[in-house]
Amino acid sequence: MAKVFLPYELRRFAGGKGELDVAGATLGEVVNNLEEAYPGISDHLLQDGRLKPGLAAVVGYAATRQGLLQPLEPDTEVHFVPAISGG
Amino acid sequence: MVATFEEKTDYSVVGTRPIRHDGLDKVTGRAVYGGDVKLPGLIWGDVLRTDQVHARILSIDTSEAEALPGVFAVATHKDFPTAADMEVETGEEVLNMKRTQDNVMASDKVLYSGHVVAAVAAVDRNTATEAVRRIKVEYEALPPVRNVDEAMADGAPILLEDLVGNHFGESVPNTNVAIAVRHEFGDPDGAFDDCDLVVEREVSLEMVHQGYIEPHNATAIWDENDRVRVWESTQGMFAVKEQTAALVGLPDSNVVAESVEIGGGFGGKTKTYLAPVAAILSKKSNHRPVKMVMDRPAVFMASGPAPGGKVSVKMGVTKDGKIHAFDGKLWYEAGAYPGSAFTAGINCFRAAYDVPNSRIDAHDVVVNKPKSAAYRAPGSPQVCFAIETVVDEICETMGWDKMQFRLDNASTEGSRNGNGVMFNRIGLVEMLEQARDSDHWNSSLGEPAPGNKRGRGVAVGFWMNGGGKSTVDLMLQDDGTVAMNEGSQDIGGSRASIAMQAAEVLGLDAHDVHPSIPNTDEIGYTGTTGGSRVTYATGFAAWEAAMKMVDEMKVRAAALWGIDEDDVEFSDGTFSSKSDPELNLGFKDLATRLGDTGGPISTTSSVNLAAAGNAFGLHICDLEIDPDTGKTDVVRYSVFQDAGKAIHPSYVENQMQGGAAQGIGWALNEEYFMHEDGSMANFSFLDYRMPTSLDLPMLETHIVEVANPMHPFGVRGVGEVPIAPPLGAIPNAINDAIGVRLQEQPMKPGRILEALAAKNGG
Repeated sequence: MAKVFLPYELRRFAGGKGELDVAGATLGEVVNNLEEAYPGISDHLLQDGRLKPGLAAVVGYAATRQGLLQPLEPDTEVHFVPAISGG
Repeated sequence: MVATFEEKTDYSVVGTRPIRHDGLDKVTGRAVYGGDVKLPGLIWGDVLRTDQVHARILSIDTSEAEALPGVFAVATHKDFPTAADMEVETGEEVLNMKRTQDNVMASDKVLYSGHVVAAVAAVDRNTATEAVRRIKVEYEALPPVRNVDEAMADGAPILLEDLVGNHFGESVPNTNVAIAVRHEFGDPDGAFDDCDLVVEREVSLEMVHQGYIEPHNATAIWDENDRVRVWESTQGMFAVKEQTAALVGLPDSNVVAESVEIGGGFGGKTKTYLAPVAAILSKKSNHRPVKMVMDRPAVFMASGPAPGGKVSVKMGVTKDGKIHAFDGKLWYEAGAYPGSAFTAGINCFRAAYDVPNSRIDAHDVVVNKPKSAAYRAPGSPQVCFAIETVVDEICETMGWDKMQFRLDNASTEGSRNGNGVMFNRIGLVEMLEQARDSDHWNSSLGEPAPGNKRGRGVAVGFWMNGGGKSTVDLMLQDDGTVAMNEGSQDIGGSRASIAMQAAEVLGLDAHDVHPSIPNTDEIGYTGTTGGSRVTYATGFAAWEAAMKMVDEMKVRAAALWGIDEDDVEFSDGTFSSKSDPELNLGFKDLATRLGDTGGPISTTSSVNLAAAGNAFGLHICDLEIDPDTGKTDVVRYSVFQDAGKAIHPSYVENQMQGGAAQGIGWALNEEYFMHEDGSMANFSFLDYRMPTSLDLPMLETHIVEVANPMHPFGVRGVGEVPIAPPLGAIPNAINDAIGVRLQEQPMKPGRILEALAAKNGG
């Protein structure tokens, strides 16, 4: 199970919860399982089958560069945060 | 998961100080910058920049310009295909191409003084400039939005009528706030009730510019096969390629960006302004190459500064010296289009402090000023100003030692940053301890001139450091030296720092690796030089390519010696047999004997790295103030920073000094000083006052090395961090000297005099 930390604005999908245990061996599977549990949430995470531009998925300590293909070890923390951009 | 590396210390090349590979070309003037580009048939481009701050364009009459002898082409937004109105990932950045295009060439509205409305290509620069003067534009003037308060006021004029803001997940039309996001964990509201002291303050900042010496420039040729070649002073030639292609309506593969040297960027040359315009002008000028160079006023008025805005901090502590609750808010001026460094501001806000109950709200606000761009640790100095002055005030109020308080609350491995993400191994504590034990921290302030006051301030700053895509190619030469192609534009000595990492693996001298930066068709994708990513990511690619070269040379040595390749080992620059001590060859000796073993050896590495190079810097500032004039002189300044591993310590020290100098200027002097109508008043270096070496003492540097486990040599990245702490250290030193807390940047003489007068009841 991955420990998923939802962005503040998406916590309404999960009844206000910010931290969820979600099954999945990859980030893609976790997002699919999130969508199954909380229909509509993936519209805020994905665009054209990929992570939305401007959104980063931090897996462990750092933003993944493998997108939805990122393998996840058990108990890995997953944070969806705004990507570092702009200036 | 990401691979991690054990820390090593026994290096031959890493940690030494060789002369930079490009040094001779730079000091002799042979290095080719964008302004040096000359092509057969070259003509010149110039642009018309509006003097309006906020206006609707009613008409553009270019007929007189077109009729001027020597003019080849005139372009307006109608000559650009409409770019997609959607967020697009371009390398390391996400851009809305429609808005990027509007920034390069205004369509329906002008949104800041200096915004381009038309362009001309002509036989020479003077003719182009004269033609620009003959273009007539009719405007409907609109009220300007000059700062974030005006932007968010009820009934504020709306800059972008089609902008739908995302405010904490809700879609909001008719707004100047493009994005508002929150990060929250614990129970910050409840936690403040448990605190023994709560301090709440708000600071405000003006926009500041990177102030690079070389102005923006670009040369472009659009050929008869719809292929475009551009030479632009940039931090990222792949970004130039992608942005130019998107804005002129060509596939990426039709655009080649050539590498030219860069005369400073500091984040400001991550955006493309001129190349798409030069390309369109070239197309309309029967495929002649077109060259464009900004003058200094254009650089100031129309190329991206760092955001101004305001930042608030509410911090609660318990009497045992712990930070218990934090609530921070930032409102950054994005300029005319969305996209300030608010996300980085979130990450940098309270990174140095482990706080169990935390909330950060960040707002990206459009105003009638040039579109902001990155500037060294973008978004970090602004929040440093806010939080570090509050920490100082808390320590002063409670009578706590300012260094010990930072140590007692320091983030360590496993602490959560403000966005909730945990830190891996970081060197904050080691850096704080070194600063605490330093000569500077334990020295006296010294005697000021009669009547003057001295004070000392300290502050911590943070930057995440970048990763991303990088490519390095290595080509073994017959004499055993190695030619190296890499895709990173060299701003601060990265040719050397990348070559040194390859040399370390190969057992060569740093100067046996010869770095080059080819064009975008000649090297694999490499992200922009920014975010302190290059020595980490491109260096990683160099390490990996060198490891591959060693592996291939083991195969060749085995072939030469007629032994199994598993029997070959490589150590200290020598290949040898594990089983036969008579069989050994130095790297260069083996290189001369490759012909019979399979011919040339070339290796390549393309990486796309996650980054967790989190780095902290701490600055100690001693300054002296003349209470009669408000003039401030920095008299002693020390910079401490965790570099992970300093590949080339001199360049690390230079980065620390350069960043600190820029931060000192930001804190004390620099600002976009605006006329009442919202246009910039101080668009020259005479009036935009940056510190020079004459204004500052030697900035003392102390490199701390706590290896980043995600890099083979432990690199974290160094260029960004040092610009942030001055924004906290200087106001804290001012308070120590004269007992007033300034909450507006810059802390210029007039403000100091006003604060002193207020303190003294004047």
